[in-house]
Amino acid sequence: MEPSIFRYILKYSKRQQVMIVLVTLASLPFYYASLDVPKLIVNDALDSASSEFPLPFQILGFEFFGLDQKPLLYAYCALFLALVLINGGFKYLLNVMKGVMGERMLRRLRYQLLARALRFPLPHFRRVSSGEIIPMVTSEVEPLGGYIGDAVVLPLYQGGLLLTAIFFIFAQDFYMGAAAIALYPIQGWLIPKLQRKVNLLGKDRVKEVRKLSERIAEATQSSQEIHAHDTVRWELADFSARFGRIYDIRYRIYTLKFLAKFLNNFMSQLTPFFFFSIGGYYVIEGQLSLGALVAVLAAYKDLPGPWNELLTYYQTKEDSRIKYQQVIDQFDPPGLRDEALVGGDHETPPPLAGAIEVSNLGYSEDGDPLVDALSMTIPIGRRVALAGDAASGKGELTMLLARLIDPTAGRVTAGGVDLKSVPEALTGRRIAYVGPNTPLLSASLVDNLTYGLKHRPLRPFDYAAEVPAARRRRAMMEARLSGNAEDDCNDDWIDYGAAGAAAPEALIHAITRVLDLADMSPDVYQFGLRGTIDPLLKPDAAWRVLEARAALREQLAETDLADLVEPFDPTRYNLNATVAENLLFGTSRDDTFVGTRLAENAYVRKVLDDTGLTDDLLTMGYEVAQTMIELFADLPPEHEFFAQFSFIGSEDLPEYQALLRRTEPGKLEALAEPDRLRLLNLPFQLIPARHRLGKIDEAMRERLLVARRAFAEGLPARYRDTIAFFDPATYNGLTSLQDNILFGKVAYGKAQAAQRIGDLISQLVEALGLREIVIEVGLDFPAGIGGTRLTPVQRQKLALARALLKRPDVLILNEATASFDGPSQAHVLTSLLGEFEGRTLIWALHRASLAKYFDQVVVLKGGRVAQTGTFTELLGKDGPLSQLVSAE
Amino acid sequence: MSLNQDVEALRAISLFAKVEPSKLKLLAFTSERLTFKADEELFHQGDPGDALYIILDGEADVLLDAPNGPIKVATVGKHGFFGDIAILCNVPRTATVKATKPLETLRISKDLFYQLVTQFPQISIEIMRELAMRLDKTTRDYREAAAKLKQGA
Repeated sequence: MEPSIFRYILKYSKRQQVMIVLVTLASLPFYYASLDVPKLIVNDALDSASSEFPLPFQILGFEFFGLDQKPLLYAYCALFLALVLINGGFKYLLNVMKGVMGERMLRRLRYQLLARALRFPLPHFRRVSSGEIIPMVTSEVEPLGGYIGDAVVLPLYQGGLLLTAIFFIFAQDFYMGAAAIALYPIQGWLIPKLQRKVNLLGKDRVKEVRKLSERIAEATQSSQEIHAHDTVRWELADFSARFGRIYDIRYRIYTLKFLAKFLNNFMSQLTPFFFFSIGGYYVIEGQLSLGALVAVLAAYKDLPGPWNELLTYYQTKEDSRIKYQQVIDQFDPPGLRDEALVGGDHETPPPLAGAIEVSNLGYSEDGDPLVDALSMTIPIGRRVALAGDAASGKGELTMLLARLIDPTAGRVTAGGVDLKSVPEALTGRRIAYVGPNTPLLSASLVDNLTYGLKHRPLRPFDYAAEVPAARRRRAMMEARLSGNAEDDCNDDWIDYGAAGAAAPEALIHAITRVLDLADMSPDVYQFGLRGTIDPLLKPDAAWRVLEARAALREQLAETDLADLVEPFDPTRYNLNATVAENLLFGTSRDDTFVGTRLAENAYVRKVLDDTGLTDDLLTMGYEVAQTMIELFADLPPEHEFFAQFSFIGSEDLPEYQALLRRTEPGKLEALAEPDRLRLLNLPFQLIPARHRLGKIDEAMRERLLVARRAFAEGLPARYRDTIAFFDPATYNGLTSLQDNILFGKVAYGKAQAAQRIGDLISQLVEALGLREIVIEVGLDFPAGIGGTRLTPVQRQKLALARALLKRPDVLILNEATASFDGPSQAHVLTSLLGEFEGRTLIWALHRASLAKYFDQVVVLKGGRVAQTGTFTELLGKDGPLSQLVSAE
Repeated sequence: MSLNQDVEALRAISLFAKVEPSKLKLLAFTSERLTFKADEELFHQGDPGDALYIILDGEADVLLDAPNGPIKVATVGKHGFFGDIAILCNVPRTATVKATKPLETLRISKDLFYQLVTQFPQISIEIMRELAMRLDKTTRDYREAAAKLKQGA
């Protein structure tokens, strides 16, 4: 990158800067004229004897037609107004031009910084934290945009204004001109002296703030450790000290800045003193007209403005120079990857042919040799296990083979090509690498899986319907003008062919296959059962789910499991569901209808009134409250039973006790609305089969069924979209796939009912070929920030599936399954060894004994090859492998 | 099956004879009523133990796994209880329990059980009595078995 901000400005914005300067120059004559007009008004139009008229109307010394006194005054006033408008217009135009240029340059700078960060050698990220990089790319460079916009034009424009004003004053009188600028040399000498001190402090401040953000990032990421070790106080002390240092620096900056301001203001105020004394003397002597003195004073009023702007400019210039320097220095680490090898538009290279040769390979970090003069050959199509202890260098070797880190000596070649000199299009597409802890994107599972197929845009996005093409073109043009990438993330980037899918629709088959291989299918299947589909977007899938619903019903009837589920039947009361569920008989999209607060909804109350249920529910509420108080009043308020079993929370219990004392059945009608609500909400939570309170008798069920029908029939239009009713013949888009298949309630009081039904549903899904649909829904499950909604093992499985999806020639695993449990580990090991039979698999194992399933074992020790051969061969000898295995 | 019926059934059990009715109601409300068909297993030897079962109606066999098929060691009938050892000693289930007739049970979770025992010493005494009786029976069985072995030898 350019070593200084001035060269950077010159390289990328020369043309725009020249344009801005030209417009500025064009504006100066108008500015000068606007200074001249007041003098003409006073001297010619007002101060002349009437006998001298008609006088010529003049602009910038050019004389035009003669006019009488009043017309001349009006003409000059009109000219003054016109000039004010023109000057304002120029200012507006210039500000826009500067803003656009500054923002484009800022965008370019940020892009270049980020592009460089993406080329950092990986070990560098151990030295710089995201806490340091983020503020550099975001807030630290922010002021540079403003400065770049002003870089050339501000000194020219404000300098021009200043010179114009000074020239004007000189034109009136030499001595007054001299007085106006007499103090400038002193100011010009003193201010930079102060500024240099401010600059040094500014540098310290930037460094200190960077360290602070690094510490904040560290503290937020390790909050678990902070609480686990009770170190909050220590952390706060550390932050207090850091804030204190920043305060000190800022305090010193401010005192220096304000001192400079004070000196500057004082000197500016001295000048009018000269004007009044010297100018006044000349006016009295008759050597200077009063009009000229007024004009000089008016012109002088314009002097401090530009002068102060110039001084501020000088300060920002210095500030920006330092900031640029400090940021750029951080983005030029040694070992930055060659720009030509990263990204770019490459066709997918042909499969790797020929063996992987490692010759004299060395890799060291901070002078420590981790891989040391290592040589070996891995023939193509071989499954190789790398064994060794933590210091053996096997992890580093896998990263060198995948070309994630660059060797410090020797080389790795594949088919005779040195990996160091080939574009990442080869290493990133033909080789796959999975490390021990793979971070995921904060996106859906499917986005995470296809991430490894997105190397370049392949099919343009059809904007016809969404955004006018013109807007898209404008965005592209802006990107070009700022030197940014013009690729469109909306395009289809997925290389379906690389995954072995002939068409986008076939990708799901490839995905289910790799999920099976990585033992991730059961997890995704569970996500899928809990997810749902939009029946309007996927009518076929919804139809298949309904078939499964019918099949489940049939199967339950055939076996003796029928009493495990009570299906939803519009004509029957469901004893395993709450009263609220029985009344609504549907799923609510939002909190319009909440089961525990159903009585708060005005429409529900209307239905209850219309069907004559209100009074009975009030009485029932009274009785339920009575029972709850009887059961739970003696328990301590924090007892877990309140949360688990009580309809009334411990904090509300006293209120209910008071309420029951105030009233009795028969007088409930007279209760105030809040009390009525309290009682009415209770019976809605009753589940007859579970609570066995005997409140919902046969007659009550019939009446609730009437209310159910009334609720659905009279539902106001505004609620239509907020509820999806339970209809045996339609898919309910607001509830999960599992609940759509079950379409009922698992019965209470039957041992292991939920698990047995779950198993039955799984069998059905399998038998009806629904599995792919469920998996597809599960693939929409969001992985969370960094994949944190998945368990660490699920993250690793997904990372493995992603690596497999791109069908690499060489799969390199670095202890990728170390966190797995036994069965998963065995499953993945077997499936991967099967999948890579005749392909190349290089696996750095966390347990040497697993190596027995591989074609070849390479044992590493101290960064060198200690042994190589088949497992049985090596285990027979007394050597490193037998030591490793027996140590397990 | 209403809550009040459950309370009546609990009251008839010696274990809860001295417990006041309102507490029995809480017990019935917070415990789970589970039904089993004949031949259905309630739990298997070695399962983690998380609850005590009280038989409200029906009958169940207590079985021990042995090399040549399960051995029946006891039969529990109406108002009997089982599952106490696993939750008292925090060990896996020591035997398998299988319904021999349609079975109505009340399943009392471990937490609820401890709650009851600490609040009502009467329950602890009843459980001690039950355990002592079982120990006495086991000792007698052992004596007989030993005697038989001696005769055989």
